[in-house]
Amino acid sequence: MRQFAYARAENTETALQLIARHQNAKFLGGGTNLVDLLRENIEQPDCLVDVTGLPHAAIEALLGGGIRIGALVRNSHLAANRMIRERYPVLSQAILQGASGQIRNMATTGGNIMQRTRCYYFYDGEARCNKRVPGAGCDALEGFNRMHAILGASDACIATHPSDMCVALAALDATIRVRGMGGEREIPMVEFHRLPEDTPQIDTHLQPGELITAVDVPALPFARHSLYRKVRDRASYAFALVSVAAALEVEDGTIVNARLALGGVAHKPWRAVTAEHVLVGATANIETFKAAAAAELKPARGYKHNAFKIELAGRTIVSVLQSLLAAGGAP
Amino acid sequence: MRETDSNAADSARWAMPVVLHINGVKYDLRLEPRVSLLDALREYVGLTGTKKGCNQGACGACTVLVDGERITACFALAVQYQGREITTIEGLADGDSLHPLQAAFIASEGFQCGYCTPGQICSAIGMFEEFKRGEPSAVTEPLAATEFALSEEEIKERMSGNLCRCGAYVGIVEALREVFDREVPR
Repeated sequence: MRQFAYARAENTETALQLIARHQNAKFLGGGTNLVDLLRENIEQPDCLVDVTGLPHAAIEALLGGGIRIGALVRNSHLAANRMIRERYPVLSQAILQGASGQIRNMATTGGNIMQRTRCYYFYDGEARCNKRVPGAGCDALEGFNRMHAILGASDACIATHPSDMCVALAALDATIRVRGMGGEREIPMVEFHRLPEDTPQIDTHLQPGELITAVDVPALPFARHSLYRKVRDRASYAFALVSVAAALEVEDGTIVNARLALGGVAHKPWRAVTAEHVLVGATANIETFKAAAAAELKPARGYKHNAFKIELAGRTIVSVLQSLLAAGGAP
Repeated sequence: MRETDSNAADSARWAMPVVLHINGVKYDLRLEPRVSLLDALREYVGLTGTKKGCNQGACGACTVLVDGERITACFALAVQYQGREITTIEGLADGDSLHPLQAAFIASEGFQCGYCTPGQICSAIGMFEEFKRGEPSAVTEPLAATEFALSEEEIKERMSGNLCRCGAYVGIVEALREVFDREVPR
C-alpha cells in the first residue's frame, strides 16, 4: 500500500474543499472496498478525505411518503430500520443478503453505491484490465468469466457491479443526491452507474469532486409487497451470480404495476424495463412471467463460463414473480 | 541499511498522532494513515489476540468490537477509529474469569487450531447484541417481525462472516447456542 495523507472532514463544505484542493484525493467512508483496493495498489490516492463524521447519517420520512437515507447510514442500520422493513422490504432483504454482519456494520450507503467491481482481473495487477489500465485489454473475455456480465457488456469490459442494495434501489426508482462545489443535484439511480462501452474505467456519472449526500426513495405503496432473491455459489456471504429485485401489484388477476431489476448481470444495476412493459396490463400468470423474462434477456450474451446465467436469470425472474403472486400481489 | 533509513524517514514524514482506546486503556500512537486497525493492534500496541487471516475481509479472523458493534479490523484504517471504544479478545475476560463465550468454546470444542476463535467470539458478542435489538437477518421470516427466535439457521446466517478452516462449526454453533439460551430462553 502506498503512503497517503489523511484528513477528517467535520462538515460537508470542508470535505468538498479538501477534495477540490488535492489533485488525487478520494473520499473515505467505511473503507470496506476502498481499503482493499488501496492494499492491492489498484487505487493510489495521495490523500483520503474521511467523510464518516459528516451529518448525513439519518433516515428520515419525507412528505408524500418517501424516505431519505443519509449517505453515511450504515448498511446494517438501513436494513434494520423499521420504515424500510415495512415499506420497502426488497431493500432490507437486498442489504441483508450482501456481505457479512461485520462488513454491513462498516459499509455506508454512499460507499455501497460507489463500490467497484470484484472482477478477478480488475484485482489482479498482473492481468490485463481496461478498467484498471485503459487500453490494456481484458483478460476476462477469454478467462474465467463465471461472475461476469450477460447484459450491456462491451468488448472492452464484461465486469459486473457487485452491489445488492443498488439493485433494490434501481427497482424502487431511487434518486441519488450529490453535492459539489457548484451546488447540489439529483441523479436517478438507474442513470447513476454506466455501461462500460469503450471507457470502462469510468463507473458512474458522478463528476470529480462530487459527494453523495443522500438517497431518496419515493413513495411506492405496492413496494410493501416486494422481494429480493439472490442466487450465488454458497448460501451466504458471496457475490451474486444473478439476483432479482421485484415488486408486483395485481388487481383482479391483472398486473397493474410491476418493478423488476437484476443484479450480477451487468456493469450497472439492471432495471428490466422491457420485462416491465410486458408485465403491466397482462394477466398475472406464469406464461406472462416467462414472456417478460424472455423479452428482457433476448439481447443477453454469454461467455465461456457464464452462459448458464441467461437461463438462471430467466428462471429467477419467474420464480420471484411467482412468489409475489402467491403471496397476494397486493399490499 | 540505507533502505531501512529511507523507510524510517518516509514513515516519519507520513505518520501522525493517533489516540486509540482499546479495552479501556488509552494508547498514544504515531501511525501512518495507511496502517489498518488490525496492524495497529498487533504490531504497534502488541495485542496479538486479534488475528490476521486473509487481510481482505473474507474470513472474519480480525473481528473486533467498536462501541459494541462488530467490524473487520483489516478493512479499518486505525486513524478512523479515534475516540471510539475498541474491544478485542484480550478485553473480554474478567481477570482469570473467562467470558462465558470463551468458556463455552472450550466446553463445546468450538475450535481445533484456534486461529479463528478470537474473531468468532468477538463476532458472536456483536451478533447477539444485534439480535437482542431485534435486527433481522437474511433468513428472518417475516422480515418485519418484532420477535423471532435465534434458531440454528439464524446463528449460521448471522455468523457467515467468520470462517473456520478446521471446520469446527458444529462446536461453534453449540457454544453460541448454550450461552445465548442462558441469556434468552429459546
